[in-house]
Amino acid sequence: MAEFEPKIVAFLCNWCAYAGADLAGVSRMQYPSNLRTVRVMCSGRVDPSFVVKALKEGCDGVLVAG
Amino acid sequence: MCPVERPSEYDMSLANRKATYKPYAQAIPSGFVIEKLDTAPCRMGCPAHLNVQGYVAMVKQGKYKEAIEIIMQDLPFPGILGRVCPHKCEAGCRRMEVDSAVSIRELKRVAADHVDLNDLPVPAITPKNKKVAVIGSGPAGLTAAYFLALDGFKVSVYESMPEAGGMMRYGIPEHRLPRTVLDAEINNLKRFGIEIHTNTAIGKDISLKELKDHGADAIFIAVGAWRSLKLRIPGEEADGVTDVTTFLREVHLGNLHKVNGKVIVIGGGHSALDGARVALRLGAEEAHIIYRRSRSEMLAEPEEVEEAEKEGIKIHFLTAPVKVLNEKGRVAGIECIRTELTEPDSTGRRKPVPIEGSNFTIDANHIIPAIGQEPDLSFLGKDSIVETTTWNNVKVNQETLQTNDDGIFAGGDVITGPATVIEAVEAGQRAAKYIGLYLQGEKLPKEWQDEPAMGDNWVPVPENEPVQERMKIPTLDVQKRITNFEEVALAVDVKDAQAEAARCLDCGGCCECYQCVSACTAKAVTIETHAEQERIVSIHVGSVILTPGLKPFNPDKLDNYQHKQYRNVVTSIEFERILSAGGPSAGHVLRPSDNKEPEKIAWLQCVGSRDSNKSANEYCSGVCCMYAIKESVIAKEHIGEHFEPTIFFMDMRTHGKDFEKYYERAKKDGVRFIRSRVHSITEKDESGTLDLRYVTEAGEIVNEQFDMVVLSVGMEPSDSVKDLAETFGIELNEYKFVKTNEMTPVNTSRPGVFVAGVAQGCKDIPQSVMEASAAACIAGIGLSSARGTQVQAKKFPAETSIEGQDARIGVFVCNCGVNIGGVADVPSVVEYAKNLPGVAYVEQNLFSCSQDTQEKIVGVIKEKKLNRIVVAACTPRTHEPLFQETIRNAGLNPYLFEMANIRNQCTWVHSNNKELATQKAKDLVKMAVSRASLLESIPALSVDVDRTALVVGGGVAGMTAAISLADQGFPTTIVEKTSALGGAAKDVVKTWKGEDVQAFVSSLVEQVEKHPDISILLNSEVTAASGFVGNFETTVTTNGSTKTIKHGAGVIATGAHATETDEYLYGKSPRVTKWHELEKDPEKLKSAESIVFIQCVGSRTEERPYCSRICCTSSISQAVAIKQENPDTGVYILYRDIRAYAEREVLYKKARELGVIFIRYSLDNKPVVEETKDGLSVKVFDPILQQLLEIEADYVNLATAIEANHNEAISAFYKIPVNEEKFFMEAHAKLRPVDFATDGLYVCGLAHYPKPLDESISQAMAAAGRAATVLGKSSIQVSPLVSKVNEEKCIGCGLCAEVCAFSAITLEEVEGKGKRAKNIPASCKGCGLCAASCPQKAIMMLHFKDEQIIASICAAA
Repeated sequence: MAEFEPKIVAFLCNWCAYAGADLAGVSRMQYPSNLRTVRVMCSGRVDPSFVVKALKEGCDGVLVAG
Repeated sequence: MCPVERPSEYDMSLANRKATYKPYAQAIPSGFVIEKLDTAPCRMGCPAHLNVQGYVAMVKQGKYKEAIEIIMQDLPFPGILGRVCPHKCEAGCRRMEVDSAVSIRELKRVAADHVDLNDLPVPAITPKNKKVAVIGSGPAGLTAAYFLALDGFKVSVYESMPEAGGMMRYGIPEHRLPRTVLDAEINNLKRFGIEIHTNTAIGKDISLKELKDHGADAIFIAVGAWRSLKLRIPGEEADGVTDVTTFLREVHLGNLHKVNGKVIVIGGGHSALDGARVALRLGAEEAHIIYRRSRSEMLAEPEEVEEAEKEGIKIHFLTAPVKVLNEKGRVAGIECIRTELTEPDSTGRRKPVPIEGSNFTIDANHIIPAIGQEPDLSFLGKDSIVETTTWNNVKVNQETLQTNDDGIFAGGDVITGPATVIEAVEAGQRAAKYIGLYLQGEKLPKEWQDEPAMGDNWVPVPENEPVQERMKIPTLDVQKRITNFEEVALAVDVKDAQAEAARCLDCGGCCECYQCVSACTAKAVTIETHAEQERIVSIHVGSVILTPGLKPFNPDKLDNYQHKQYRNVVTSIEFERILSAGGPSAGHVLRPSDNKEPEKIAWLQCVGSRDSNKSANEYCSGVCCMYAIKESVIAKEHIGEHFEPTIFFMDMRTHGKDFEKYYERAKKDGVRFIRSRVHSITEKDESGTLDLRYVTEAGEIVNEQFDMVVLSVGMEPSDSVKDLAETFGIELNEYKFVKTNEMTPVNTSRPGVFVAGVAQGCKDIPQSVMEASAAACIAGIGLSSARGTQVQAKKFPAETSIEGQDARIGVFVCNCGVNIGGVADVPSVVEYAKNLPGVAYVEQNLFSCSQDTQEKIVGVIKEKKLNRIVVAACTPRTHEPLFQETIRNAGLNPYLFEMANIRNQCTWVHSNNKELATQKAKDLVKMAVSRASLLESIPALSVDVDRTALVVGGGVAGMTAAISLADQGFPTTIVEKTSALGGAAKDVVKTWKGEDVQAFVSSLVEQVEKHPDISILLNSEVTAASGFVGNFETTVTTNGSTKTIKHGAGVIATGAHATETDEYLYGKSPRVTKWHELEKDPEKLKSAESIVFIQCVGSRTEERPYCSRICCTSSISQAVAIKQENPDTGVYILYRDIRAYAEREVLYKKARELGVIFIRYSLDNKPVVEETKDGLSVKVFDPILQQLLEIEADYVNLATAIEANHNEAISAFYKIPVNEEKFFMEAHAKLRPVDFATDGLYVCGLAHYPKPLDESISQAMAAAGRAATVLGKSSIQVSPLVSKVNEEKCIGCGLCAEVCAFSAITLEEVEGKGKRAKNIPASCKGCGLCAASCPQKAIMMLHFKDEQIIASICAAA
């Protein structure tokens, strides 16, 4: 069996964490490709129900950064 | 791609850049520039103007094919000329200023030897319906044929000999030009459609007239000069005398295989050497050359002569033939005479004259005269009207090569007599150009057209360019070559050739290799871009703002700092680059000598500042103390805890806002500050470590070692200031800064011309930015009637409604060149997207953001009736606005758009796994599509602007702001707390430059009072405020009654005041005064014998950890005035650091010259003031004398701290922050020095920080200028991405209002329902906190609705 690869949904604040993720790209940093980003205008927008929804839908992890 | 490397100006030459480069990372516009200087001298020196620099650059990189393509733009014979060209290009090579010329010709051969011409594509040729006949297949004829064929003409070449090539085949021997090379390059021409008819002699096989009759629309005569000139000496008819042309032709035709006996060649050109060397190879026992001039006059190149001599050919210089000696009609020898050369004549040539009686003879079996040739024109026929010259050459228009016979052109040796291949090539180029024009019916010039003169604006020869010897070209061993025709010059090693090419200095900057044109797949750089020229444009303007900036002081002229000599001595500007992440070492601090991380660095302050001896800049540059501290702190952050920075200074001038705190923190963080000027710097050893010698304040001499020294260089006005001053007719001051005065700090001496930044005087960034806004404001006042008249509003098509439509999503997947397409499999992403629900159209683009793709997207949206658009490309943070505009152009609402970030957050960060990157790209596209299908149109949101202003505070700053606003047509209200206008300036007598402050304040008050658009509320205070940009409501209370004022913008100018103190007997003794109290009492001043000023009373302490900025200048001004009035009065200033920044330093100097005594004290050893029976005694410890002094004083005047007024209330009303010392906090210390973070509110004057009058005035004008950006429009667009409350669901709990940081939600009473939340869209920043916190889910966040976000989540899972 192939090794476990987690599916992670990331809620990133447009003004900081999302910009940081862009900058990681500009700097050509390399990281695992497991993250799927959802851009929000503020990490405060992330309703706890979104996190639950993600886990219910089958995601293995949720990252909120802002 | 660019092969040209040049020192990077931005990196202070610490690193290189290309000739095609981006000036610096943040450059605006964010594009590349191409550095074009004057054409390199090699290209100018080449008769055919070959792009030498270009192909040499290609050889340097081993790009031989590209090199040949560059050469083939100018001629068809790279391999031939790489061997036989006399390389005039090398004569101008500037490498000779360093060592010797680049071996250009050899590099051409290297390129040619590595390329099979058949591998080069034949360009697309558009045929033209005209025919050209070329007579003669030598270099001139074939070059003309080549260019005419490229131009689309049908070209037939006629050659009388059995094979094509002319003198290249029948003159130049194989040992110089192998026939394989010649054949390949001639055969290559056939690929361009050129027909070559050999064995076809014009005049014999076919006549000129017949050529014309058979349809030749033009004829080019390029038959060369094949008839040798006679010696014109007795005996030359003898058997065994053969002219060189005939001799070589017979050899090359294969008719002559053997030469016996001794051969004598007469002449000094190429053909003489060729004749002798061929004779030797055919078996001649001896071969001699006789030449009537000396070695240096020989036309053949020295290396050619040298090789011939190596082969055993004997050259008799200064020898002329007199008679051919015969024996039975056969040559037996030659009688010669010695010659000597005259002085150079008017043409510069030295003429040989025979020396009487020096005759001698040389035995010989063969004599080969090689003294010149002329054309054989017999083919023209008797009826020809083609004119000839006295030299028997064809006569032509030198410019166009036209003969007098219409349609017949001639060029090459046939018009010049014998010359070189490259000159024949030039004739071929020229003929092709004018024949082409002639055939297209263009008018041809009658006269010679001079070429543009050679410029000399080239890349400077680098100062320390190392000497590198010119490449040596190996030759075949003499014994191996003299019996055959093997090529003498051997192929050079590829590495040697590349090293040789790297010797090129790239004189012209861009070498026009056009590699960047091929590299730019977006076609942003083209041949046309390269051809762009400087243009002069006239712009009609109403005012001009000059901001030419500064020039860092160049310390090279100061011998004590050794900046040029020692590698580890750098300027502060160079050190900035070393610290920069985008700098030469990517932010790693490395010292230049050995690239090791330094452990100790010394900063030396005041290099080129406060120094009238060596640098002539007696002013203080005002910024260096602060930047040196910053550099030392950042260096410590980069290097680590163990790093030891030391700053050597005179006075530490950290007078800017919050600078003193930074200074104190730096001390705590381990930056060492030493009050001393370093006496000398020497290099300790080879490693580059430096020895510094300095004297401490206590007089001790110290030697200390540092790994590096940073020179904190001062500022000078940029060089262009002087030119601009002349152009605009404005005055400069004695330091060549633009002259202004304290009351009008941005006005030059010419009305309508304004200045900002260091051009006006040394200053830091915040002050420069303030002045820039101030200049914009005052320029705007003069232009207010024209406001908006030249604005062109962009028009968008009417928005189409998508109401009730099913999603028809268009997906555009970008390759971003190779940024995405090089990692992710874009075609498979496209295929994947096609099957996603709602997707109606998918395509991929090379660059989705390019102009043509944008237009294409608009077309596709209309054609396919798409109603949602997804672009899978880079980040929405930079590109969303662009695409939103694109879809608006197609009639779609901009919020029907979504981006999938498959570059920054996918291919760039997963470039090591293409498969996973492709999978992620697909998922991101799926998420975007899911979300897009739920996107809705959101109408634009704009709010009307109340075009009036409110100014809080009626001091100089407030009044200036009010006048500046009202003069632009915006009615303004001033709210002043006291009963009179004027503020703190009412106490000031004069500015430091001597201007009368009271007169100025009075005139300002008068202007304000008389201004029709200014209303003044005295004895008034702001007691409440609400609203947002464009729509503020401020409640003002005047003597107990309140009123509400509506305004669109507000300026806060609440001022500051000097603190009271109980130190130094203030308030206890009438002899102790503060600030302006003493100078306003002339009686006291007159009677006093001794006056002491004490500085920093309450400033720079723990309680007030800031510098009050204006006190040093104030006390020095007063001291100077006292000394000028009464030189015998003893005046003492007790200070901690004298902060006479910028040109105030000159006042400080003047005070010392007048005898004012300055004594430094420290905070832990403050002066002590005591009352005595006749006055006061001031005790202070002098650190230089190292003893306690006691000064008898009549009066002591204190410079107490400047303190903020009570700003807390205003701060709370408008939600604008204050710092710890209660001064208002601007949005950004450097870039937005008058803005608040809250839009529509601005700060100026002492309310921001203590500052002198001129700075208050410019800041006030800046605030007015910034306010005008809001008030200038009748409405402003705000983001419509706001929250919406569903009143039915809302229960009025108020959680949303509580969490909203922007006061964009309030609770309002709704009739019959109780409290309900209400949005204020103009204040909403769209964060969505309210939506997330609402327990009732009664709030939705537009564009980030729950279902839209959940769609993304589900697609991701």
